[in-house]
Amino acid sequence: MTTPSSSSALSGYRVIELASERCALAGKLMADMGAEVIVVEPPEGCRTRSWEPFADDVSDIENSLHWWHYNTSKKSVVLNLETETGAQQFRSLVMTADVVIEAEPLRRLGTLGLDWNQFSEINSELIWTSVTHHGRDGTDPPATDLTLLAEGGPAWSCGYDDHEIPPVRGGGNQAFHTACHYAVPSILAALMWREDSGKGQLIDISLLNSSNATTEFATLWWLNAERQVERQTGRHALPTMTEWTQIQCADGRWFNTGVPPRNKREFQALRAWIEELGLVEQCSAYEILKLGDQFERIGLLELDEDPLAGEVFQAGRDAIEFLGQHLKAYDLFVGLQQRGMACGIVYSPDEMIDDPHFIERGFPEEIFYDTRNASHTHPGAPYRFSKTPWTVTRAPQLGEHQALLEGLA
Amino acid sequence: MTDHPPQALDKIRICDFTGQLAGAGATKILAAFGAQVIRVEDPVQRGKWDILRGVPPFVGEARGLEAGGAFNNHNAGKLGITLNLRDARAKELLRELVAVSDAVTENFAAGVMERLGFGYEDLRQIREDIVYVSNNGFGATGPYTSFKSWGPIAQAVSGLTFTSGLPDLPPAGWGYSFMDHTGGYYMATAVLMALLHRRRTGEGQWVDLACIEAAGTLNGVATLDATVNQRPMRRQGMPNSNRSQSPRMAPHGIWPTKGHDEWIAIAVRDDHDWKILSEIIGETWSCEDRWTHIETRLQAEDELEQLLTTWTANRNRQELAQELIDAGVPAAPVLKPQERIEFDHRTSELWVTVDHTEVGESRVEGLPVRMSETPWSVTRGAACLGEHNQYVFGELLGLGNTEIETLAEEGVI
Repeated sequence: MTTPSSSSALSGYRVIELASERCALAGKLMADMGAEVIVVEPPEGCRTRSWEPFADDVSDIENSLHWWHYNTSKKSVVLNLETETGAQQFRSLVMTADVVIEAEPLRRLGTLGLDWNQFSEINSELIWTSVTHHGRDGTDPPATDLTLLAEGGPAWSCGYDDHEIPPVRGGGNQAFHTACHYAVPSILAALMWREDSGKGQLIDISLLNSSNATTEFATLWWLNAERQVERQTGRHALPTMTEWTQIQCADGRWFNTGVPPRNKREFQALRAWIEELGLVEQCSAYEILKLGDQFERIGLLELDEDPLAGEVFQAGRDAIEFLGQHLKAYDLFVGLQQRGMACGIVYSPDEMIDDPHFIERGFPEEIFYDTRNASHTHPGAPYRFSKTPWTVTRAPQLGEHQALLEGLA
Repeated sequence: MTDHPPQALDKIRICDFTGQLAGAGATKILAAFGAQVIRVEDPVQRGKWDILRGVPPFVGEARGLEAGGAFNNHNAGKLGITLNLRDARAKELLRELVAVSDAVTENFAAGVMERLGFGYEDLRQIREDIVYVSNNGFGATGPYTSFKSWGPIAQAVSGLTFTSGLPDLPPAGWGYSFMDHTGGYYMATAVLMALLHRRRTGEGQWVDLACIEAAGTLNGVATLDATVNQRPMRRQGMPNSNRSQSPRMAPHGIWPTKGHDEWIAIAVRDDHDWKILSEIIGETWSCEDRWTHIETRLQAEDELEQLLTTWTANRNRQELAQELIDAGVPAAPVLKPQERIEFDHRTSELWVTVDHTEVGESRVEGLPVRMSETPWSVTRGAACLGEHNQYVFGELLGLGNTEIETLAEEGVI
């Protein structure tokens, strides 16, 4: 089962994934790093194949961009687990596997005689991973990414200063992602331990607790000080309201001002840039910025104690807002960063992938679709391994690898 | 024999320079899985390179360098040593530590480790099969290598901020450093993949993790809609992340309920869910034929959302959520921190009490994971500055007590 090669980190491992939007990313992360991930679909195909958007807006089970994204580098077999033949083939397949990943409704697999309990004794090296709402011994309420982010904590922290506006769900199905982000290191740790012990195990990932473990200060302020954070536009939810960090630039694009300038070097750099742009006369903060020469570094505590420090600090923020009124967001981003100030342009995901830095690093990944005789650009590797690079192929067609079932016991 | 179950990574040692959440969050997971994580801090700066050290929220009534609650949370279970790497003797000690470590982890700005003399090539000279994982915003190569990043900046540049918001309003973004958490998850994953590869082949390597690239993979469907269909995300009516575009659902969002800042999330997945909901609503409008099919619900989504608001506004969010769940429709109250931590029994195993040498007991986050053979364990709070110098320099590297005392007196450790 495990024949490692020198070119791929997870080569030789076979992973069986029961197709589901809840665990698809876990399988993808392993497949893109070289594991053989076989996604098991029902005869009609995984339900995500019917999800919009479709390539060229043509509705077809091979055209869902959701399927394309989450199933790169995988193989597909079709099995009807509700039939005796399908169940038997699934059993045989699992006997060849190192890892199973599933997010089925609780008790479905047990009823079919296809759960961990049925395999653990006959394949003692098997690592079985269940992604559940809040544990295999819990209940299974109807839930989506939205409801998980609501009851799991993230939504409380996201939204606007105006609390008449609802809290906001962060985009991109991140509740499912976060559970997968815990599933994969857990599986890898289990594989590490199996290398020495020869033993598999059961991993149970809670979607609800994954979100609960991913709220940063909302949890930390409560656990340590029993204080409740309040959501704030485009910045951290905290127990008290803070100053804005998001501005709109001359081209209408939004911009994150990051950590405002706090030391002499930064104040000088800002002044010099305003001079270069010929905007000294129009910039009301310019004169106060000169006083920044007196500060090696303004500590945040000094802001309340030293009126001058507070004034200079505010002038730095005002100067960045002023520059934003005169510059495009991209020019402000590169200009401030080149002058040593942390900040960020607010890109859409498709704009990020077009940025020259990420293009030069090779982040956009061209994947060839032999089925369409065309290449399409996907988001690339989340990390760069010097010896075992990420490699990726298009998502499989329904049952494309059915031949894998031949010859199984 | 021991009463404790085995731990998955109990043979692994990490020489750890990480801080904040994006780095420290990664090695916290490795420590919970049993790795010996030795966190190296600068005695001159008193570990303050990590901006979370000694800042609020403080653990209970404690104050000072060791009392930062976020620092305590992100560094639970690790050992802590000090090394003043401006001093040649400290560099020699670090070389000795690297030689007995399986991996070196850091989230400094790009180039810092090279300048210290501990870039990947230097580390390989010390230990050929070392695993080295660097983690910063923009990565180790490319035109923006010198650019600085924090969680909110990584979120802005990657698209995560843009895709979180409502139409005709500024981006709401994530109200916390989602990408520091998630950058840590990718870093832990990278360390483990590289260690597993080394375990099987004997080969070490360098992983260059750029948090913004990891973040750029998290809106893949929207990216593909642009690259395949030439339909950019920046368009009229978008983003609207409280709605669902993939799959299409309606109604799907967060509605006001009785009380101050109290909300309920409801997701109507299909026409069957709508039939149930419309009957529960039981008003003339909800039973109109026009809402029966997803297509017509989507066409008049604004109107439907407005009608639903009038219905939810005077209801109790907890009771309403339970009623909908019992009927089979996905729903959940937007829980406040106290509610999900103190009152939601389904999360109770996540919150663990640790013991910190200086500030005593406190609660931190565990892992949302159960492992049947090698359960995670988080019992000790973050290490005090240099708390484990004696163990690491003495027991592990074999220095005598006098030597350790001298190094401390001379500011080397």
